Amino acid sequence: MREMFSDARLVATKDLRIEARSRVLVNQVAPFALLVLVLFGFALDADQRTLRTFAPGLFWVTVLLAALLAVARSASVEHSDDAHSGLRLSGMSPSSIFLGKAAAVFVQLMVLEVLLTLGIVVLYGSEIDDPVLMSLTAVAAAVAVATMGTLYAALASGLGARETLLPILLLPVLAPVLIGATRAFDDALGAAAVDGWAWLGLLAVFGLVATVLGALAHGAMIED
Amino acid sequence: MTHLGYLVAGWGIALFVLGMYGYRIVRRGRLLAASVPEDQQRWLTSSGDDGSG
Amino acid sequence: MADRNTSTSSSGSRLLGVTTLVGLVGLLLFAFVLTEPDVRLHPTTGEEFGQFDAVRLLYLHVPMAVLTYVAFLTCAVASATYLVKRGPWWDVTAHASAEVGTVFCGLVLVTGSIWGRPVWNTWWEWGDVRLMTTLVLFLLFTGYLALRRTAADPQRQARRAAIVALVAVLDIPLINRSVEWWENRTLHQQSTLAELKIEDLTLFTLMLGFVVFGMVFAWLMLHRFRVGWLEQALARYEVETAIAERHAEIETLDLDAAVGETGGGT
Repeated sequence: MREMFSDARLVATKDLRIEARSRVLVNQVAPFALLVLVLFGFALDADQRTLRTFAPGLFWVTVLLAALLAVARSASVEHSDDAHSGLRLSGMSPSSIFLGKAAAVFVQLMVLEVLLTLGIVVLYGSEIDDPVLMSLTAVAAAVAVATMGTLYAALASGLGARETLLPILLLPVLAPVLIGATRAFDDALGAAAVDGWAWLGLLAVFGLVATVLGALAHGAMIED
Repeated sequence: MTHLGYLVAGWGIALFVLGMYGYRIVRRGRLLAASVPEDQQRWLTSSGDDGSG
Repeated sequence: MADRNTSTSSSGSRLLGVTTLVGLVGLLLFAFVLTEPDVRLHPTTGEEFGQFDAVRLLYLHVPMAVLTYVAFLTCAVASATYLVKRGPWWDVTAHASAEVGTVFCGLVLVTGSIWGRPVWNTWWEWGDVRLMTTLVLFLLFTGYLALRRTAADPQRQARRAAIVALVAVLDIPLINRSVEWWENRTLHQQSTLAELKIEDLTLFTLMLGFVVFGMVFAWLMLHRFRVGWLEQALARYEVETAIAERHAEIETLDLDAAVGETGGGT
């Protein structure tokens, strides 16, 4: 068990180091996410009251779209130069590889969510009522998106159509996360009167299930 | 009969789609059966699997 | 049978097919002629209300909805078994049930929408739990079928498809729960079967619907399974013949080369 986590940390550090050198998140994914926020503004006629009401939903749709890029990137890192064979031959268990890669995506998603929070506060005029609920929601949803995303990006890679296949496979699975995180943010940002903490519970369950399922499924998948 | 248009549309679409789907499967089966040799065709008695179903 | 090897039918499937067609005619007779429309009288005002003739769509919609879930459950069980036991039989079963299930699921959404327009006065109801769950389910399995259409190594594709199917089915309770909390209203509970005045004949017609569409489902599954089986057999056979051709080619090449060599030498 201990070995699994230290291996996972090794993989996560490797992925984050690659990210730090290549700066794909900073140079491509984050600008893309901000661009989506601006496009929503155009689409909704830049009416700040409308934008504030829908800010939670727009925030999470943006996170999902940006996450698609992030997990595809995370999988393609292994795919280029046949790096995944090297990783497999390293003797690490598939579960720890999975946890490591998901952790790296999680860290990137958290950075992205902080940026986007600034984005909705500045651009949409959102006000944060409950920072605790908001940060816990951000963490739980990022766990769910990172684990499911990592699993599906690995599933879609090496099938010959991964760019187009990944969204249609991943987005429906994440529907409960979008609903839950939006509702919890509705509460935390004061956009609607709902019980955000109950939604946080659902997100936590989803995150836990996704992590366990992903670790198991990655083992079954990587045998080939 | 009330709602006749809805009834015709609902039953019509469903039966038409099922019919077309069935027809496509059967036709594809005929095409495939023509190109697979006889001894490899049987679904329950082939080698290399547990024909337990 | 003489033509046994030119199609996916067998004497059993042909019998099932004929019975299904006869059953369909019988079901249409019961659904459109012999049963009464759903008309109820309001206890205080005495006004007529109910689904009227639109109720006749339910004899099709409800059995198909149940069979959709049967199909996806079959797919999940076959996928799990495939991951453990690795037989092609399970792989083909999973693929067949997913495809037939997706066709049924799409039709459930379409017929439900057509039924909802006169009865609920809307084509689509965002707040309805079952409606939304079914839609997400349809999208999930559309993705599954897209994965199965990629040109990848069959073994790898089969294993990944099995994982996708399992995750999709395990996701159903979470989708259901989240939609239920999301919009705390469901039209289905107000005006489905529980509220219909179900008489003997209505109930019988509904049961007949289950039997007939069950037979349609079985017939489609049978043929779809056999198509999948033939596809795998064809792929195997093509590899074998290609290898045999290469062998033959190499042998003739060697011969030519040998002849050429001796020819050049003299």
